[in-house]
Amino acid sequence: MAESKPITKNVDWMVVLIYIACLGIGWLNIYAAVYNPETHTSMFDLSNNAGKQLMWIGTAALLIICILVIDYKFYETFSFVIYAVVIFLLVVVLFAGSNINGSRSWIKLGGFSLQPAEFSKLAISLAISKYLSDPAISLTRKLKDYYPIMGIIVLPAFLILLSNETGSMLVFASFAIVLYREGMPGVIPAIGIIGAALLIITLLFVKWYIAGAIIVIAGLVIWLMPVMTRRRGGLWATILVAFVMIGIVFGVDFFMNNVLQKHQRGRIMVLLDPDSDPRGIGWNVIQSKIAIGSGGLTGKGFLQGTQTKFDFVPEQSTDFIFCTVGEEHGFLGTAIVVFLFIALIWRLVVLAERQRSRFARVYGYCVAGILFFHFMVNVGMTIGLMPVIGIPLPFFSYGGSSLWSFSVLLFIFLKIDAQRPFTLSRG
Amino acid sequence: MLESRRFVIIGFFALVGLIYLLRLFYLQVLDESYSIESSSNSIKRVIEIPFRGQIYDRNGKLIVYNTPVYDLLVTPYKVRVDDTLRFCQVLGIERRDFDSLMTAASAYSRQKPSLFLRQLSKEDFASIQDIMVDYSGFEFAKSSLRTYTAPTLANTLGYVSEITKTQLEKQEEPYYRQSDYIGQSGIEKIYENDLRGKRGTKFVMQNVAGVYKGPWKNGELDTMAVAGDNLYSGIDLEVQQYADSLMVNKVGSVVAIEPKTGQIISMVSAPTYDPNLLASRYFSKNFAALVRNPYKPLFNRPVMASYRPGSTFKLIQALIGLQEGVITPGSGFTHANCPVGCHNHPATSTVALGVTHSCNPYFYNVFRRLIYKNNIKNTFKASAVGLDAWHDNIAKFGIGQRLGIDLPSEYKGNLPNKKYYDRFYGEYRWKFSNIYSLSIGEGELLITPLKMANVAAIIANRGYFYTPHVIHGVGDKKKVKAEYLVRHETGVDPHNFDPVIEGMIGAVEAGTARRSRVEGITIAGKTGTSQNKRGDDHSIFIAFAPVENPKIAIAVFVENAGAGGVAAAPIANLIIEKYLTRKITNKALEERMLKADFMSKVILPGQKKPIPVDTTKKKPVVPVPAKPVTPAKPVATASQNNQRKAL
Repeated sequence: MAESKPITKNVDWMVVLIYIACLGIGWLNIYAAVYNPETHTSMFDLSNNAGKQLMWIGTAALLIICILVIDYKFYETFSFVIYAVVIFLLVVVLFAGSNINGSRSWIKLGGFSLQPAEFSKLAISLAISKYLSDPAISLTRKLKDYYPIMGIIVLPAFLILLSNETGSMLVFASFAIVLYREGMPGVIPAIGIIGAALLIITLLFVKWYIAGAIIVIAGLVIWLMPVMTRRRGGLWATILVAFVMIGIVFGVDFFMNNVLQKHQRGRIMVLLDPDSDPRGIGWNVIQSKIAIGSGGLTGKGFLQGTQTKFDFVPEQSTDFIFCTVGEEHGFLGTAIVVFLFIALIWRLVVLAERQRSRFARVYGYCVAGILFFHFMVNVGMTIGLMPVIGIPLPFFSYGGSSLWSFSVLLFIFLKIDAQRPFTLSRG
Repeated sequence: MLESRRFVIIGFFALVGLIYLLRLFYLQVLDESYSIESSSNSIKRVIEIPFRGQIYDRNGKLIVYNTPVYDLLVTPYKVRVDDTLRFCQVLGIERRDFDSLMTAASAYSRQKPSLFLRQLSKEDFASIQDIMVDYSGFEFAKSSLRTYTAPTLANTLGYVSEITKTQLEKQEEPYYRQSDYIGQSGIEKIYENDLRGKRGTKFVMQNVAGVYKGPWKNGELDTMAVAGDNLYSGIDLEVQQYADSLMVNKVGSVVAIEPKTGQIISMVSAPTYDPNLLASRYFSKNFAALVRNPYKPLFNRPVMASYRPGSTFKLIQALIGLQEGVITPGSGFTHANCPVGCHNHPATSTVALGVTHSCNPYFYNVFRRLIYKNNIKNTFKASAVGLDAWHDNIAKFGIGQRLGIDLPSEYKGNLPNKKYYDRFYGEYRWKFSNIYSLSIGEGELLITPLKMANVAAIIANRGYFYTPHVIHGVGDKKKVKAEYLVRHETGVDPHNFDPVIEGMIGAVEAGTARRSRVEGITIAGKTGTSQNKRGDDHSIFIAFAPVENPKIAIAVFVENAGAGGVAAAPIANLIIEKYLTRKITNKALEERMLKADFMSKVILPGQKKPIPVDTTKKKPVVPVPAKPVTPAKPVATASQNNQRKAL
């Protein structure tokens, strides 16, 4: 049988190498972030985050070996079981979880804590892939086929929201990418992007001006469309779209001022103008930008970062680990990290596209989408392009749960991919 | 068809990656506002203030140096004082002060050190240092105070104080920062750039709470502070103090110059004050007292006060007369047909006798000849042309212009020319008869004591002078300012000085200053009696000695003391003797001058009569009670502006 061939022959080494590179760079930067020049703790000291992270990396390696050893069919077969287990854990954590930083989302196992929400990404990915692996399911034609997918996503999302872990929940937006690939009409993500753009514009400019601009653009479209495309019609559609957009503008304004709570509004406003509250909500963004900006082209050097080391940047080893890269290694360091991520995600898309089974392809896109979303939001937040949402940078941020969940997520796909030559296409 | 969507997806990923790269490039490489220097709040520049340069006298004695003092700083969040009462006792402050200081410090910052007590002396520091170990949150910072070896030369040296707001805003290059110290007057001001040294810069790291976390990059970028240059002055500290003591209870000036170099040997501005008063933590209190003092001890009289030169000016008239050839050494004049009065004296048949007896009609005639020398028929025109020619000759003696001494606010004086009188009378509407009082140093002439000392030096040198200066060497190499090495010629030939000097010797031996002659030293001198609107005449005397090889030229001005021979001449001659021989032969004269009180004759502005001064006081350096605050106990300071420089 082909399966007797060693896994090392078929696994995609490029992804593995990027994964190892990310872990290595991430670990060094965690050490730099927690490094205290007065005490000179070792990289391997288990009392600090760097030492602990090394332990997490070791256990992740064990997990990976397990994943690679387990038969690839296991993941497809037990998708819904895994999903059910994670849902169960999410329910358990609501009652038995310990409270850390205001969110009741951790389960204590001996000396270590586990965050089930981290694994919900994996569970949803597997469940969606399993569901879509049925060739009868079509996202292009049948609206009712969307309902189970919505259910798969909304159930854990609701549980996570209850445990007050909004950041993890937002990651589920990344499934839009895989749904788009599998046939969801392009208007939906387009509407999402235009909606987000309108939201930001509404916050920046006077709403009457925006309404005026929309009317002018709509008028231009109505006037130019027949000329450009030699096609009549679309008049009412354009007018409708324009009205909806104006409605959104006023809706957002109302939403911002009357529905959102003060701290939520603050987080969005700070994205637009960090200096509006430099000592409060804007602090994180300003300090993070100073840390990255002060790195210059080549950085201050390993362990020489001062903004991050002396607690100006909060959460230096977890959510704001990218600041340490920026401060100590400069633009060269940050560019390398950006390249690594884009290369990894790109490679994952390429791998996904070459899968013969729909299950494998959908799962591959899920992995790529989740990693991309984390990268986009986390890095975007440190450079002031995204609001401050507390989600980790995959493979870089300190934390066992996130490292485990990302490693498992990635290597299940690599395992499936490694078996590709021996599977039959099912459509 | 759906497969092609991967390009949209990959395109979207790549687009976000590209946007992030551009943003990072902008933040890290292009945008300077996030660079270490401008925005980093974890790395702080700490300025190290170097010691100011010291000042030495001509014999190598120290005049000004620095005393280390200690500022006590408090970091509120660390403070643990269990027994506040004992703590206050140790520091010698009131409970009230303690509370207000702590409140002020906390208001500034709980994490950063604030100034608690300023400028504790070494003794205070030593006495409380051990006890302070029991109280956490307090630390000492070293600082320094200007200290003076003798209570003298206050106005010449000037003082150093915290930079004012205007100075801070007006500085050309942004060197000083708030609460920096800067030379405010005198030598301290003029030589500020030499004295201040080079500041050191240290880059230190601090955490988010502002707590020191060690040097940045192990101090690679740090620069050491370099102490300021020492200054070497021509002042003779012993003579200076002797002159000070002679000027007690008098208002006036003494300026003594070494003729061959232009170095100032002594410079007294009376009344004076102890410079240590303005170099203590009671600066503002003491300064206010000095400002209020009606005798204006902060007014540097030798270079700023204006007087009429009186008869001392006759020396210049005689020299110009001889040089211009309108008189010869043997010229004589009588009192006949002269509008200026005179006293009884033997006939003045030579220039020397004219000088000796300070004959007014004599110099009236000399001046008349100088003005009308041009032989123009029209007396108005002749006067105009003659005066300008005369003006140019006199100007060469430094009259009517700044000499360029290394002290601030030197007064220019006044030497009238044609234009000057035209303003009053109109062109060609005045002539000699309107201006003849210039002949005897009255009228519109205004000079400073420094200028007259310089005139004495010119005569001692027989025709030239070096710009008088206090400091003749800067730094270890004792660099001399180039302008003080330039020999200024007066255009009067050396032989023309002989009859004048002969007359000056006569004045001391047998003339107007005969009562203060010194046994064994040939002094050439000239008294002056300067008329003024307020009270008695000012007593003036200029002299140099020894005549054979002049080592000292001196001018003494004593306000409202009467004729030159009464006060100025004895004081000048005592100083000359002290400088040349280091002892005094005429003890009676010395005693009389030490005790003499001419201050009580001074009529202050806004008053009709002199105010009585308590003469029973023995040695009031500061005449009107600017009672120095005794620095026995530290006094609390609530000033939060004076944050310590370090940290």
